[in-house]
Amino acid sequence: MYRYDQYDQAIVDARVDEFRDQVARRLSGEFTEDQFKPLRLKNGLYLQLHAYMLRVAIPYGTLDGRQMRMLAHIARKYDRDYGHFTTRQNIQYNWIKLEEAGDILADLASVEMHAIQTSGNCIRNISSDQFAGAAADEVGDPRPWAELLRQWSTFHPEFSYLPRKFKIAVVGSDTDRAAIQLHDIGLQLVEQGGELGFKVFVGGGMGRTPIIGACIKDFLPARHFLSYQEAILRVYNRYGRRDNIYKARIKILVTELGAEEFARQVEAEWREILPLGIDAPVAEIERIEGFFAPPPFETGLADDVDLSDPDFAVWVKQNVHAHKVPGYAIATISLKPVGGIPGDASSAQIERIADLAERYSFDEIRVTHAQNLVLPHVRKADLYALWQGLRDADLANANLDLASDIIACPGLDYCSLANARSIPVAQALAERLAPIERDPGELKIKISGCINACGHHHAGHIGILGVDRKGEENYQLLLGGSGAEDASLAKIIGPGFTQDGVVEAVDKVLGRYRELRTDGERFLDTYRRVGVDPFKAAVYG
Amino acid sequence: MKILTGNDLGSGAVVWWTGEGWSRFVADAVDVDEHGAAIAAAEEAARRVNAPYVIEASAGPDGPVPAHIKDRVRSVGPTVRDDLALARDPRAGSYVI
Repeated sequence: MYRYDQYDQAIVDARVDEFRDQVARRLSGEFTEDQFKPLRLKNGLYLQLHAYMLRVAIPYGTLDGRQMRMLAHIARKYDRDYGHFTTRQNIQYNWIKLEEAGDILADLASVEMHAIQTSGNCIRNISSDQFAGAAADEVGDPRPWAELLRQWSTFHPEFSYLPRKFKIAVVGSDTDRAAIQLHDIGLQLVEQGGELGFKVFVGGGMGRTPIIGACIKDFLPARHFLSYQEAILRVYNRYGRRDNIYKARIKILVTELGAEEFARQVEAEWREILPLGIDAPVAEIERIEGFFAPPPFETGLADDVDLSDPDFAVWVKQNVHAHKVPGYAIATISLKPVGGIPGDASSAQIERIADLAERYSFDEIRVTHAQNLVLPHVRKADLYALWQGLRDADLANANLDLASDIIACPGLDYCSLANARSIPVAQALAERLAPIERDPGELKIKISGCINACGHHHAGHIGILGVDRKGEENYQLLLGGSGAEDASLAKIIGPGFTQDGVVEAVDKVLGRYRELRTDGERFLDTYRRVGVDPFKAAVYG
Repeated sequence: MKILTGNDLGSGAVVWWTGEGWSRFVADAVDVDEHGAAIAAAEEAARRVNAPYVIEASAGPDGPVPAHIKDRVRSVGPTVRDDLALARDPRAGSYVI
């Protein structure tokens, strides 16, 4: 994985010193809250319902055991012994003291981490495929390109004050595990005539106005990667709506102009930029790619796994994916214990995962946008020992992509923007559906506590949106969304429910699905085949 | 009734105006009537509180109960972690919103 050079370390260390000074000036009264707020947000420090919250960037969701141990240390020393992995592949701490924020950033910097660009109207932490470098189906590893974007976008003076926040995702496979069509820019590595390039989507997003991104370029040669991103950002920076926060995302600009006209303007801008030579030299790309060279895989390993332990067999079937190298596998650690809080992990669990990654996965860990963790390179012969290690730490939940593997934002239990709680709904649904979840198979339930959609409810096969109805929590039910390569937006099916009512409604939807499905059909397939009416009838009578 | 709340500047903890200072417990909050804005301004200027604001509440048997669900959650802590809820309120872990 990437290691900081002297410049990376210097700018992160300088930022720590700067923020220490800013915190001291706030505590001494030199800064008012209005003056301090934009400064703390530039360092990922929010004021949430109960305390300050620190969002730490995990670039493209990749980290090593040393960094995981530091995350555990921070949870234990400065927070309340746990962290929350988010849908942006980051981690959040919910109980941070302002007086200690500088110390935390210094501890993070000591392991090449920071909280920069986890807030504000800038290019946010780049997200990617959690199976990058391991997936059997990838054209190329997206992480060097995500790292190039990280370096290019960090403190980029032209793009530090965009009309609104800006999210980019990069994948290297036809299978989309990063929801690229629901990002401001979605990039897919593709090959054409032996040359590597990118398919470019622009203007996707969730939130108040959910939109599937438009493909504005089928093949961008990889050598022009940065200049084309810069052209997109320049068009957006110039014409994005700064007069209305609800219309400021690039998706609104692309929609208002039309994808074709937006693409034309990007091409025109790109022609101006190309002669400036801002694209990264081949040597620099190769330097970055060198950090992502495959680990020293063994050859000649056996491909079979002893599945005589039935609990282990269930976990392998559900949580283990094919690896591109024979004898290896990709193992996903579900952070969704039934009745637990989606994405939360204790300090002890985080440390255990660091141990297991060092022992069994070439010291690599990935965070998924579905709030789970991945050990990407595990010898099949080690899977049983890994599973035992996970089981002993209550981390062997064999429910990946099943009904209880629910994405949920922190909701009104933590978030100052939320209108309703998300976590209790996720817990109630998981408890209700876990006993029957192997029957429907893949079912993606996603819950947000407000219209900002951090819980990706628009992309849920079943989505739930919490709203405030006359001061009470109310939940709208949506069906038919997908964040995968077959991206679609879930639609609200009718009037909302109480917390108990929405759990009952989901149960009725699944009951109707079981009546209507054909052999092997997922809920999403059935929904797309029969439409919403049978499900509305089941729910509302 | 109207009560005044905010966050402690250094720790970020939720606090409630008691008439003499700030308490972690909503049960200690007092009715500020029409004086909330003035108290908030003075206390914020003195850096004894961060981002204070006045909310509606009703008088309950154990003290004020915030009218809005968001402030009720603030008054007890996350409703999904008994161990993180405020110990002083025995109902905190199972607070019915």
